[in-house]
Amino acid sequence: MIVVDVMSGVLLGAGALFALSGGAGLLRFPDFYTRIHAAGVTDTAGAGLILLGLMLQVSSWETGVRLLIILLFLAMTSPTAAHVLAHAARRDGVPVWREGDERR
Amino acid sequence: MISAVMVALLVTMVLALLRAFLGPDRYNRILAINMFGTKTVLFVAVAGFLFGRPDFLDIGILYALVNFVATIAVLRLSHYEELVSGRSGGAGE
Amino acid sequence: MMTFVLTNVTLLVILIATAIAISRMRALYEATMLGALFSLVTASLFVLLDAVDVAFTEAAVGVGISTVLLLGVLALTRSREAVTPRRRHLPALIAVLLAGGALGYASQDLPAFGAADSPVFSHPITGTYLHQSQEDIGIPNTVTAVLASYRGLDTLGELVVVFTAGLAVLSLVGPPARPEETMPRADFHLADYRIIRIISGILMPFILLFALYVLFHGEYGPGGGFQAGVIFAAGFVLYGLVFGLDKAQRVVPRVALRILVSLGPLVFIGLGLATMLLGGQFLDFDVLDPNHPEEGQHLGILLVETAIGFTVAAVMTTVFFSFASRGVSR
Repeated sequence: MIVVDVMSGVLLGAGALFALSGGAGLLRFPDFYTRIHAAGVTDTAGAGLILLGLMLQVSSWETGVRLLIILLFLAMTSPTAAHVLAHAARRDGVPVWREGDERR
Repeated sequence: MISAVMVALLVTMVLALLRAFLGPDRYNRILAINMFGTKTVLFVAVAGFLFGRPDFLDIGILYALVNFVATIAVLRLSHYEELVSGRSGGAGE
Repeated sequence: MMTFVLTNVTLLVILIATAIAISRMRALYEATMLGALFSLVTASLFVLLDAVDVAFTEAAVGVGISTVLLLGVLALTRSREAVTPRRRHLPALIAVLLAGGALGYASQDLPAFGAADSPVFSHPITGTYLHQSQEDIGIPNTVTAVLASYRGLDTLGELVVVFTAGLAVLSLVGPPARPEETMPRADFHLADYRIIRIISGILMPFILLFALYVLFHGEYGPGGGFQAGVIFAAGFVLYGLVFGLDKAQRVVPRVALRILVSLGPLVFIGLGLATMLLGGQFLDFDVLDPNHPEEGQHLGILLVETAIGFTVAAVMTTVFFSFASRGVSR
């Protein structure tokens, strides 16, 4: 079982790292479109890895199925929400940051 | 390991919250709040394992669902107001 | 334990910071979204306190429905808060300080967190509910047993409150417009996003399935009629937002909604009268199956939860349709 524990730990650690870096990116990146990228990382890679890591630690199949449902749900909704957000911002004329611009 | 993930999630939530407070415009706030929402989904899942109650994951599913509905509603209805009052939002009409 | 305290404190700090940010924000859309975030954090705190059913309700109502309804209202009115004149600041401050001081003073009388000698734990009714319910009713989730069986009359009261609130909103705002009046105009752009249309289409059956699961799983885990009704409504709201009100009204016609709104209290009261006719007391489900009282309780609880689910879903959907169609048809 130690192999499973190590794998789970690695997945959880990687997920936590993605979540943290995405959070830092959301705060530090210069404009809205780059921040979508940062938020997207936490919602897909971060969430996916953490949920997979938890899935290796489940004691009953019911918990595993629920984790899987959450994973599938997030995998479908987060990119959709991010896409629609970016699309709406583009329609509203939110300007794109170029190198040398002010941070917004 | 799980408590480390919990700390990482809480820190990420605080970072997202700061972005939601700072703005500067509506889209940045929606983005930050949407991300905060998915972090609470993970938070509930991780908290279930950490505090020995992994049977609470139904709540995580619900959070993911309402978070999506709220984001779509903000996008749909905030646009709607601008369009009803004739202040249509620019490019790509 | 350390992690538990740390988690709770962090969430509380987030909660307070959000509350302050909401009160300082002038743009009401943003304030509404922060309100949704506030609800999410509150619900997470409820999860940490093991109050799962409450967390379920808080998330479903606070994030799912209140946000959508508030946004729908904002779409009809101004979206910026009016600036309060300075001279009104002082009386407001005094009122807030007095109310806050009274609450702080009253909180001194509350038992300490988790104290074993608090009335919640020492009162005999707690033991009765926790132990006796397993023999009387035999369902794992005591909350559902208390809500639908022991305190069925209170729950009927709550349902009537939801029903009355729905009627009140309808009498103020007016019923939803006819589908042909809510034809999407040129402003209807979310439906043009093929991605969101397809994803919402795929998700819809699963959302409704999840609502049914919450409805019928309420005896075993967190959930029940109120939460399931709100999830149903959230599903229809999502459908209406993405595909247009006219399509959504074709899925749930106005006549059906009108019947469903009143179906819940009717079934609930009818069930109570039926138990009286069968020789029991009002809402005494034992008599539904005289040889197996437990089975009778199960049946009664299931019927009650279903009635609640129908009415809550219908009221929420109707209110959303009324607000949203008002914006379209004017």
